[in-house]
Amino acid sequence: MVKAQAILELTDIHTYYGNIHALKGVSCSISKGEIACLIGANGAGKSTTLMTIFGVQPATQGEILFKGTPIQKLRPEKVAALGVSQTPEGRQIFPRMSTFENLEMGAFLRKDKAEVQQDLDWVFSLFPRLKDRMKQLGGTLSGGEQQMLAIGRALMSRPELLLLDEPSLGLAPKLVEKIFETILEINKSGVTIFLVEQNAHMALTVSGTGYVMETGRIVLSDKASALLANEQVQKAYLGE
Amino acid sequence: MIQQELKKLVVYAFFLAVLLIPMLGFKSTTFEPGRAFKTLGVFLAILVLNIIVKAIRSRKKEDVQTPKKPWVESIAERIDRYPKIYTIGGLLAVAAVFPLFADNYMIDVGITCLIYVCLGLGLNIVVGLCGLLDLGYIAFYAVGAYTYSLLNLTFGLSFWSALPIGIVLGMMAGCIIGYPTLKMRGDYLAIVTLGFGEIVRLVLNNWDSLTAGPNGLFGMKRPALYYPSFGEDGFAWATYYLKSLPSLYYFILIIAILTIIGVRRLDNSRIGRAWIAIREDEVAAELSGVPTTWIKLLAYALGAAFASVAGAFFAAKLSYTNPNFFLFMESCIVLCIVVLGGVGSIPGIVVAAFVLIAAPEVFRGLENYRMLAFGGIMTTMMIIKPEGLIPATRSRRELHEDLAPKPKE
Repeated sequence: MVKAQAILELTDIHTYYGNIHALKGVSCSISKGEIACLIGANGAGKSTTLMTIFGVQPATQGEILFKGTPIQKLRPEKVAALGVSQTPEGRQIFPRMSTFENLEMGAFLRKDKAEVQQDLDWVFSLFPRLKDRMKQLGGTLSGGEQQMLAIGRALMSRPELLLLDEPSLGLAPKLVEKIFETILEINKSGVTIFLVEQNAHMALTVSGTGYVMETGRIVLSDKASALLANEQVQKAYLGE
Repeated sequence: MIQQELKKLVVYAFFLAVLLIPMLGFKSTTFEPGRAFKTLGVFLAILVLNIIVKAIRSRKKEDVQTPKKPWVESIAERIDRYPKIYTIGGLLAVAAVFPLFADNYMIDVGITCLIYVCLGLGLNIVVGLCGLLDLGYIAFYAVGAYTYSLLNLTFGLSFWSALPIGIVLGMMAGCIIGYPTLKMRGDYLAIVTLGFGEIVRLVLNNWDSLTAGPNGLFGMKRPALYYPSFGEDGFAWATYYLKSLPSLYYFILIIAILTIIGVRRLDNSRIGRAWIAIREDEVAAELSGVPTTWIKLLAYALGAAFASVAGAFFAAKLSYTNPNFFLFMESCIVLCIVVLGGVGSIPGIVVAAFVLIAAPEVFRGLENYRMLAFGGIMTTMMIIKPEGLIPATRSRRELHEDLAPKPKE
């Protein structure tokens, strides 16, 4: 790996939930402009990895570098201010706020109103459905629309690195395809994406680099295309 | 059909009456006809209440077929038709001339109502906007009252110079309860805050050397106004103590208006949106870059500040304070005001404060049934309008799905 290009670098990260050792030395590196994915079974520690990067569940040991600055000790709002954004697992939007207010919350830390408006237009061009639902309460949106809203909200902070936690969770296959198309489109506009997925096939298809996680450790890391062809991965995650 | 319903109601009412008899105080040795009639009265009251609720509910079912707006909303709509400034101006005018037509007793009730408006709006920040259930809110009221009392009695500080100190101490108390409970939610938070409220009351009750224990503190000066006077010695500041009830009424009216303005501005601010985001989903708020720790502490601190001001006024008005003014029951009433008025709704809370504080006074003639009437009003209200008297726009949409725009699938 070429270090200069890495936008995010995790070195030997350990995270605990009380006494539970959730991450046992995770190391990975994501280069600028790519889509990387982290696949694994339930409870492997995928979501914890994202929460640790964002500072919601701080690491007890190890180092996280974002564009060369250590962020493992920073509070979530500081990490967000640096240009990282995350969609929470299970489409956690604000149910009693309208679609518009939800998107506005995404730009909470920003003060440049004109550019926020630009980004709002951009989000609406990515998800035209959201524009129709502008005044509707988040909780009354359909599952797919809520996922779009969660991604849209994360984009409103104009991130350099977007962390997506299971964007396909509980969605119909057609919608999953649509969401992934949009993810590719977002990536093309220059946003680096780190994707956590159970839908391994879909995730590996769109990604450049792939990581496989098992019980708090990264057990495999390779080019996504290589992982797709890997016999072990096929057996465990692709059901072939 | 109707007979069956009626039978069911009689059984329910009987069951409830049996449960309620011990609460009325029952002497087992002698039989007093008067008491027996009272229990019968309770039985009948419950029966009637049940029938009323049933009738209202069955009428509501018909409403589904021919959609009709509830009366509260139709009134609200009628009011909405006039420019807002007329409504507010009218209410202010009524509030301003009220003491001219009322006797001292009514003015006193009015003052109490206004104090509870301040308390309700302060708690609304914590419960309504930030979604943190606080059952010990009255502790901050006590902090305000005792701060002014002690500063005035020991150092002779005037109301105005003691007020900022009271606000700061109130905010500090808010942070003291807020900091250790940052990771708590719901029931757990409610229990901790309840405990905190009791701790404050017990400390006040037992710290004899400072607070004079259950005897309370008395002799504080009333709030004063200063105006320039030109006498024989030239220019001087004259002091006017607000001793009469009407003057105290106008004073608390101004405090209440300032509180309403303050809470309204907070509600519409960036901080207000952050509070609502935390109430809706804390993790999502954190991921949106809301500094949840600070924003939650700020909710506690600001809520406590409003209560502290109300407390200082309360102590100054009575010139007396004792720990029994700050029982758990008071926290409950303030919480009831917030819930009954409509969580997060400022006009609703103002109306609810008047209803809940004035209702027991109105029903004073009913003697023993006063609290029953109070409870009856609360129960009926929560069944008919669970979102409160004047719901905040958000919860109205949430609880009445028929009014919310439906997704077109």
